[in-house]
Amino acid sequence: MANVWVVLQHREGQFPRISYEAIAAAQKLAAQTGGKAEAVLLGEGVGLAAAEVAKFDLATVHVADDPALRVYTPGAYIGALAPAIQAAAPAFVVFPHTYQTVDYMARLAQGIGAGLLPEVTGFEAGGDGLVWARPVMGGKLQAQVRVKGEGTVLVSVQSGAFPADGAVRLGETGETPVQPLSVDLSGVKPDREVLGYEEVGGDTVDLTKAEIIVAVGRGVGGADKMAPVEALAKALGAEIGASRPVIDNGWLPRDRQIGSSGQTVAPKLYVAAGISGAIQHLVGMKGSSVIVAINKDPGAPIFTVADYGIVGDLHEVLPALTEAVRAAKG
Amino acid sequence: MKIAVCIKQVPNTEARLRVSRDGRWVDEEDLPFVINESDEYALEEGLRIAEKTGGEVVVFSLGPERVKEALRKALAVGAARAVHLSDPAFAGGDALATGRALAAALARDSFDLVLTGSQSDDVGYGGTGSVIAGHLGWPHVWLVMGVELEEGNASAKVTREMESGVNEVSRVRLPAVLEVQAGINHPRYASLKGIMAAKKKEIATASPADLGLDASQIGAAGSRLEIVSVSFPESGKGAQMLEGDAKAAAAKLVEKLQKEARVL
Repeated sequence: MANVWVVLQHREGQFPRISYEAIAAAQKLAAQTGGKAEAVLLGEGVGLAAAEVAKFDLATVHVADDPALRVYTPGAYIGALAPAIQAAAPAFVVFPHTYQTVDYMARLAQGIGAGLLPEVTGFEAGGDGLVWARPVMGGKLQAQVRVKGEGTVLVSVQSGAFPADGAVRLGETGETPVQPLSVDLSGVKPDREVLGYEEVGGDTVDLTKAEIIVAVGRGVGGADKMAPVEALAKALGAEIGASRPVIDNGWLPRDRQIGSSGQTVAPKLYVAAGISGAIQHLVGMKGSSVIVAINKDPGAPIFTVADYGIVGDLHEVLPALTEAVRAAKG
Repeated sequence: MKIAVCIKQVPNTEARLRVSRDGRWVDEEDLPFVINESDEYALEEGLRIAEKTGGEVVVFSLGPERVKEALRKALAVGAARAVHLSDPAFAGGDALATGRALAAALARDSFDLVLTGSQSDDVGYGGTGSVIAGHLGWPHVWLVMGVELEEGNASAKVTREMESGVNEVSRVRLPAVLEVQAGINHPRYASLKGIMAAKKKEIATASPADLGLDASQIGAAGSRLEIVSVSFPESGKGAQMLEGDAKAAAAKLVEKLQKEARVL
């Protein structure tokens, strides 16, 4: 049976958790297809990182080691992966669903005539093949999706969907064979000249150390409508955070942003007010110990990660909550 | 510069959604539709670049008849003309099928730059712009947060958002496809004059035959993905919903936070 590949994202040989989650997903998927999972690592001088991947239960760790892969560019990554995938024709190639993956996965699929299945949260064996789950409508709905036709499918797995500790490791002495993946990038035209990286907004506010955060979303309605948020934050001794639309609208500075393009926080109490709960926000706060969600839409996805929920307008609920907190604290 | 902007019309994600009778999508009756959020930012970025360089914006959209309303709105804020990929055969496409159709439409003209939003708020595949770039053989950048033209508009310095508050800055040769992230600018509103002017602007339609495409290459027939059903996630799974008016719910919540969760 056809194998399942997993392409591991790393930064200078360090793997983010979602790369281990992708290994777990690929192993689970290989069990379904009756094949084995194989890992692919792209970079320059990634030997140590490959050794770490070799501790997992995989058929092979393929390592493409090339100076052109030191810095990520879609052209070089696609140049390395496209011929390899076409030659081996795995049933699936699993990617961690990150901003880097999305930057090149669709173009890779188009280039090699593969299927494209982004941001899955799970799969089940159905009567005639696998049925995949992925969010639609900003996470308000879940779609069940089937893949038609023949040939490799590129799949990206959403953060948190396949727990990293589900990735099966080999015993103490076991080691997956590491094989060089020969790539010829001499003919690849650089599509992007990377000039550098810059920090956004300077992170003057460190929300990661806050014990309590009151976070506000689009539902607040404007920069001039923050008073109830500030009052509750003061009563709780909390920092104020925000979801992306609030920042994009200029209602709060960028260093207050929580989510995949902002800060990742895990306070003991997180109050989400007027935040619908797009996945980009959830990945930045779902590790919080206790989550309270206040939203006028009972279907808002934020309620799926919350411990306590109140359906209502934050402009009515927050003042009432501020009063109740003040009364409780005496 | 001659700039193309691809926009999608999507249901307003703030709207109350119902699953359609066949269970495969949302019920579109009475559903308010808007221009996809990141596409609005792409349109604004296109208009700004066109104004700076003395060019024009042509706006493209694929979808049913209602899409004309989104195109008319784009014309009202300043696009010069519009192209509507209008045919039932275009419907139900995944990113590969929709990207193929849009690329064929774009290739009939000659553009210096193509802008799209980074991701649709309905199906959210996030790949259509990259697929367009692949067909055109142009560079692309996804999740663009800044565009500065350089070298007499032969290249652009492009800022791409990465995870955890870091941006990548790179130089890209033009023509290219840039997939814009929401927040890159502040989209303008249509003026009354703009709305009046839009009524006289052209919305051309393009059929699969016009684009030299076979029905098997586009829409649902040309897609590898098929949505078999949609459902609401279990709302409040694990969450205790506190009922009553604001005051009663707030009082219950504080009591829970003190006595049950012990975080106050």
